[in-house]
Amino acid sequence: MKRLVVGAHYGLRDWLAQRITAAIMAVYTLIMAGICLKGSFTYGAWKDLFAQGWMRVATLLFAASLAWHAWVGVRDILMDYVRPDGVRLTLQVLVLLLIASYVGWTVQILWR
Amino acid sequence: MASASAKKIRPKYLSLPALLFEIRLPVPGWVSILHRISGALLFFPFVAWVLYLLDTSLASEQGFDYIRNRYLALPLVKLGMLVFIWSYCHHFCAGIRYLLLDLDLGVDLKTARLTSWIVIVAGLLLTAFFGAKLW
Repeated sequence: MKRLVVGAHYGLRDWLAQRITAAIMAVYTLIMAGICLKGSFTYGAWKDLFAQGWMRVATLLFAASLAWHAWVGVRDILMDYVRPDGVRLTLQVLVLLLIASYVGWTVQILWR
Repeated sequence: MASASAKKIRPKYLSLPALLFEIRLPVPGWVSILHRISGALLFFPFVAWVLYLLDTSLASEQGFDYIRNRYLALPLVKLGMLVFIWSYCHHFCAGIRYLLLDLDLGVDLKTARLTSWIVIVAGLLLTAFFGAKLW
């Protein structure tokens, strides 16, 4: 099999990871939607919500899932539409940097 | 018999006008391309935007009030929020459909078309529901 540096991992792993991370994010989404629809929307309630340990960990789990999920998805898009290897690699690196900054920013927001 | 010169060139890359005006997608195709477009939009710019909103609203009470009473009242922000909400809801619903398809549920044509319509309508209804909360 011809293997490209800018290709995927030629296996089940990413496909499966995308689905598992999707399920994790779906559960978080339902919990978050429930909280937002039920609770009163004041600064105190909002701050208290994200001050709780479980919420911080759940949000971090969501961010980690999102990072992996989005990496697989965006790479699939780049593999479909960007054909020159050099351009594709450059874009992949930019995407990874963006994902890393997203995760860093999330940690900063949660544990400030 | 077909000669070698008749062999088609593959892969065939389509022109933009062909993509836009010649190809007629079936409903599951629309769900698929909208899943991709919404996913791309969610990755950028919407993750950055939501992090900005989360950051500002959690940083201080002034920040929270600013986001809630002034920032979210701007027409362009509201429009952007609607696109974000639709992207999230459509991606969510379509994603669940794909998870079910992976489990071999709803694979036959009739059901696949029906669930595609359900995904599109549910995405729009959820957008209307959460969008209405914004106003």
